Amino acid sequence: MKIRANLAIGGGLTVLALAVGIFGPWLAHTDPIMDANLMNAELPPSREFWFGTDQQGRDIWSRVMYGAQISLTVGVVSQLINTAIGTALGVTAGYWGGWWDDFVNGLTNLMLAIPSLIFALAIMAILGPGLTSLLIALGLTNWSYTCRISRAQALAVKSQGYVQAARVLGYGDFRIMFTQILPNTLGPIIVIATLGMGGTILAEAALSFLGLGVRPPSPSWGSMLSDARETITTAPWLSLFPGMAIFLTVLGLNLLGDGLRDILDPQSRSRR
Amino acid sequence: MDKHAGADQALLSVEDLAVYFPIGGGVFSGRPQMLRAVDGVSLSIKPGESLGLVGESGCGKSTLALSILGLVDATTGRVVLDGKTVGGDTDRRDVARTVQMVFQDPYASLNPRQTVRRTLADPLRLHGVSNAGEVADRVAEMLRQVGLRPDQADLYPHEFSGGQRQRIGIARALILKPKLVICDEPVSALDVSIRAQIINLLLELQAEMGLSYLMISHDLGVVEHMSDRVAVMYLGRIVETGGWREIFEQPRHPYTRALIAAIPDPLTRGLAREKARGEIPSPLNPPPGCTFNPRCPHAIDHCRAAAPMLSAIDDGHLVSCWRADEFATPISA
Amino acid sequence: MSGANMPLLSVEDLHISLTTDAGRFPAVDGVSFTIARGETVGLVGESGCGKSITALSIMGLLRDPLGLAGGKIKLSGQEIQNLPASQLRALRGKRIAMIFQEPMTALNPLKAVGTQIAEMFVLHQGASWREAESKAVDALTQVKVPAPAQRAKDFPHQLSGGMRQRVMIAIALACEPDLLIADEPTTALDVTVQSEIVDLMKELCAARGTAILMISHDLGLVTDTCKRVCVMYAGRIVEQQDSERIFNSPQHPYTQGLVASLPRLGMRARHGRRRLTEIAGVVPGITAYPVGCRFHPRCTRRTEICETVVPELTALAEGSLVRCHHHG
Repeated sequence: MKIRANLAIGGGLTVLALAVGIFGPWLAHTDPIMDANLMNAELPPSREFWFGTDQQGRDIWSRVMYGAQISLTVGVVSQLINTAIGTALGVTAGYWGGWWDDFVNGLTNLMLAIPSLIFALAIMAILGPGLTSLLIALGLTNWSYTCRISRAQALAVKSQGYVQAARVLGYGDFRIMFTQILPNTLGPIIVIATLGMGGTILAEAALSFLGLGVRPPSPSWGSMLSDARETITTAPWLSLFPGMAIFLTVLGLNLLGDGLRDILDPQSRSRR
Repeated sequence: MDKHAGADQALLSVEDLAVYFPIGGGVFSGRPQMLRAVDGVSLSIKPGESLGLVGESGCGKSTLALSILGLVDATTGRVVLDGKTVGGDTDRRDVARTVQMVFQDPYASLNPRQTVRRTLADPLRLHGVSNAGEVADRVAEMLRQVGLRPDQADLYPHEFSGGQRQRIGIARALILKPKLVICDEPVSALDVSIRAQIINLLLELQAEMGLSYLMISHDLGVVEHMSDRVAVMYLGRIVETGGWREIFEQPRHPYTRALIAAIPDPLTRGLAREKARGEIPSPLNPPPGCTFNPRCPHAIDHCRAAAPMLSAIDDGHLVSCWRADEFATPISA
Repeated sequence: MSGANMPLLSVEDLHISLTTDAGRFPAVDGVSFTIARGETVGLVGESGCGKSITALSIMGLLRDPLGLAGGKIKLSGQEIQNLPASQLRALRGKRIAMIFQEPMTALNPLKAVGTQIAEMFVLHQGASWREAESKAVDALTQVKVPAPAQRAKDFPHQLSGGMRQRVMIAIALACEPDLLIADEPTTALDVTVQSEIVDLMKELCAARGTAILMISHDLGLVTDTCKRVCVMYAGRIVEQQDSERIFNSPQHPYTQGLVASLPRLGMRARHGRRRLTEIAGVVPGITAYPVGCRFHPRCTRRTEICETVVPELTALAEGSLVRCHHHG
């Protein structure tokens, strides 16, 4: 029954985070950027300001609600880029083998050898800060696990009889990869993508913390944490709430990933 | 029935086919060794005929099947299918419409994420049947022919038993109406009480659709039951070929005789003197002379020195053994 | 029963249950048979019929979700089904040994095969390692491994399937057990190699007086190897016969169906190509065994009684047993 608990809590938290991402602007009390009021600076949580206010007197609740958009966009979009790159490279490498496999393996090892955050930093340095560069930087640097897993899956699946049968029926390579191999590798790829999304959200926070993320004053959970650096002892709520948002979202995604792994495991589905 | 060939002309003819694979080799390991998987094989199958192919692991039967299907290139020699040479610039889809395959393992050979309908309909669409009604009709008709109900088309493979799965595998092989079907151990992965159903089905479909079969099996009982002619392979070569009666009643090659003697059945108890010794050598390093000589109960010095050629001992009965003349007595199995 | 004609192994009313989320199911249901000293007995049946788990229970190797649910297993009269693990371990290898279908999974990939054989002598006979290693080479010689001294230094992956199975036999017979259980020992091997391995097993066991319990799906192999055969279907023994009679006069409709459905070599020459007799339907799964006689949905001779009443094992002439309301 642990499986169900993983899935329920993880799914619940993920749905909550997505809901906040989509409906955040309606849930916010005030405009997160314009409604600065230095008279209200660094107020603790109260009935009026549920999560308190920041140094410029902006409502933290509203900023967390708005910030979800950026954090989740970064998580979802850059993880989609990662998954697409990793799956494309991994499946083709596993299916074709030969020099292409050697090349992809080399590239994957290179990616794994360089800490991805450093790599993302370098890309950001070239592209300059901003949401688009952030999406690209994080989307290009975290595909190596997806690639490894989908390559291993493709290797295992391609020796199955049904792949051989498809070749005998005259299917071309790409048709085989799309209709025979991909559907049978999707389970683990979805799990990795879900787990990776949490990592990407954390990476966004880290990059924003280093001042390379979304340009202020747009709120993202990471940039809010970054701004809260100096007041962590005097006004802890500035960092507590965006931190909690990140923590709960990442926790939710990880539990969801674990739960999905359990139900997508083909062993538990086939009768044999 | 056939545009290109009369009844006598072969549907399949394999002409002196050799397939070598380089093993190892590379930057650090020096020159690759050559694995002679198939080493000079000739055979033919007429329309409507069944050829049984018998042999143990490493004999090259799987590689031979792959080269007939156009999935492995010939090193030398060629495969001619329905008047056209397989491989090179021949369209793979043309080959696919002429020759299909039934696989051994009915569990691994069906895509677990596709319904039966998709498994059968996708190949039809790929090969130009675009009318949805026609696709549905042909899928339903095919399912009926293999003894399944058309309403089972929307189930997934795991909802079927092993025998039913093999029926689906047969349906997939026949959906394009091929002329030749390669059956690779079609019953050996099935429960014993299910095998007769599948063997009967294959024979009925053959009669109904005028199919030719290449029956690959190590079960000599199944091969005898299903084949018109039989070829016995050992380490990449055919060592004996002939009509089923000659092969199983008057086998001339010691390897064929050893295969019969090895059948675990009280019937073969008297044949101990015909049994082969030791293990099958690696095809990477075949013994000199006749490749069967180290295991042969009848080997003489000459067998170690020179390899015999496949030569006719009777009409259509070919043997490659120096002492074939001496084994004229029937084997009593 | 006196010591002289007491059977070596006697399995009495053995029940093994499979526990799943959906409940407990009778995987083996009232199986009884005996093996005398030096006798060869076959247990034949299709996948899931309970033959392998019967063997595992004799070895005391049943693990969750399988469990012993009743019955006795006696070795030379001593009940062994409830022995503590330590005593069972002492029994395994020393008095009962087992070989499996795929020797690669039963051998330790990280140890030389000679060492693995030698371990048996150290463990069960208290031999010194030096002594045990020379005994291991002797054991390899007995299983007819060429160049045994060199092969003893090889690791399992360096040997062919046939050679690995010879090593397994050497390990199994190292301590001269009273009973060798062979579970599909040759299914993974080529036919000519299978034949050699079976001959070797029979020869070595006959010389030592070791009894064999051979488990297989192959009716031909079992009747060829063993003196007596028990046919299992869906967790029960349905027929017990002398091997000679299985093909010639099978009594249970299932055995009769099996024999008639097999294309045996020579049949076509004698009778022409006949349509094979099919056994209708599918092999039932453990969780869905039919009530009454478990073969009745597939049986051509079923009547109403078969659908409700479990037939008893009936003794026929010549010591054969059959479990059928309409046998013969």
